[in-house]
Amino acid sequence: MIIVGELINASRKAIGTAIESRDAEAIRKTASDELEAGADYIDVNAGIFVGKEPEYLTWLVQNVQESVDAPCAIDSPDPEAIQAALAVHKGVPMINSISLEKERYEKLLPVIAGTDFRVIALCMSDEGMPETTDQRMAIADKLVNGLVQNGIPLAHIYVDPLVQPVATNSRFGVEFLDAVERIMTTFEGIHTMCGLSNISYGLPARKFMNQAFMVMAVARGLDGAIINPLDARMMANIVAAEALAGRDSFCMNYLKAFRAGKFEL
Amino acid sequence: MAIQDIYQAILGFDEEKVKQLTRAEIDAGTDIDSILNEGMIAAMDEVGKQFSEGILFVPEMLMAAQAMKGGLAMLKPLLTGDAALSKGTIVIGTVKGDLHDIGKNLVSMMMEGAGYTVVDLGPDVDAEKFVRAAKEHNADVVALSALLTTTMPAMEATIAALKEAALPVKTIIGGAPVTQAFADQISADGYSDDAPGGVQLVRTLIGK
Repeated sequence: MIIVGELINASRKAIGTAIESRDAEAIRKTASDELEAGADYIDVNAGIFVGKEPEYLTWLVQNVQESVDAPCAIDSPDPEAIQAALAVHKGVPMINSISLEKERYEKLLPVIAGTDFRVIALCMSDEGMPETTDQRMAIADKLVNGLVQNGIPLAHIYVDPLVQPVATNSRFGVEFLDAVERIMTTFEGIHTMCGLSNISYGLPARKFMNQAFMVMAVARGLDGAIINPLDARMMANIVAAEALAGRDSFCMNYLKAFRAGKFEL
Repeated sequence: MAIQDIYQAILGFDEEKVKQLTRAEIDAGTDIDSILNEGMIAAMDEVGKQFSEGILFVPEMLMAAQAMKGGLAMLKPLLTGDAALSKGTIVIGTVKGDLHDIGKNLVSMMMEGAGYTVVDLGPDVDAEKFVRAAKEHNADVVALSALLTTTMPAMEATIAALKEAALPVKTIIGGAPVTQAFADQISADGYSDDAPGGVQLVRTLIGK
């Protein structure tokens, strides 16, 4: 499972304040905490600062990478902000994200074409947010073909089928899960990725629903997640679910997690 | 008291019961306005209040609204046109470039539950379309939603276009990244951080 640590996001109050006051130490500490907890990529998002996003996103990348030896997931719908951040990024970044929305797609594609960047492909188009598995597949198909034709190998693509809140439609959970399985079987070697917590929007005790949903998604093939890696219970659930899904040879990761105390919750 | 039973049936999310009770009240000759205001709108106000307090949750708000709509549909033919039933007209949509509609749909639903006529333009709506719809439907309020920081400037552009057109409408805004400070900055007439709050805001702004 590829874990993208989601904590360095300007819409979280502590991070927004840290960015505004240029509190580099707070950013560095968060990045090292996330890495320590098992993140593979450190997501950076400066989205709340209209007009200043490129500048702030660049600052975040610099400070994260001064703190940890890990790549960033550069999180913005704005190709200009992404480009600014890429200019200072070291190593192979993840782009979070491209979608089929025409303007976003056309502006971002030239930036990522022919690179070895990892790319999150969000199932969203100008026609709106997909609700059914078929709608998700129709968007995924166009996105994946477009990316492959532009030199991004399948193995570098992380399709995000788009989680919608189950509080607003009882079928939103299962339509997402079916899409994960179909994407993973239709495009062999591809990955799936999602920001999962939207599933529990509008409901109480969200962390329970998030954890159960994660376990179900892992069973269907999900192999990437944008989450808070400091959520020890979520991380423990992922380790157990991957072993149960047949993706942990001889349960070695499970045992390693046990010996590292990851199940002492 | 039977109007009270309609109120209770909405709080019990029981659409069939709401319909039965509404039919019985209509047949008994009860005042339609009383059924609407004391039975239905009062119930939805209570649902909204409990939602804001964290007692009820989104799926329950949806079920209550569906139950109310079942009864409301039976009242509508008894009044001369929609206008007689409506406390005002609200044009609502998510601004240009933004495809999020879940929050906006909840607001639409609660506005209908409060007795307003709602013209929902959907997501990704440009300023011109808001202006046209506001004119065409004689809107009292234009409600704008944005869920992305990148589309918040489209709120400002839309409000500017409405002012430019000199329409007698109030503007209200909402959405996860939106704040009261931003509303003040772009001269919106109001902001709310949840759907029931939006209903209260509209009541204050148009005085009915």
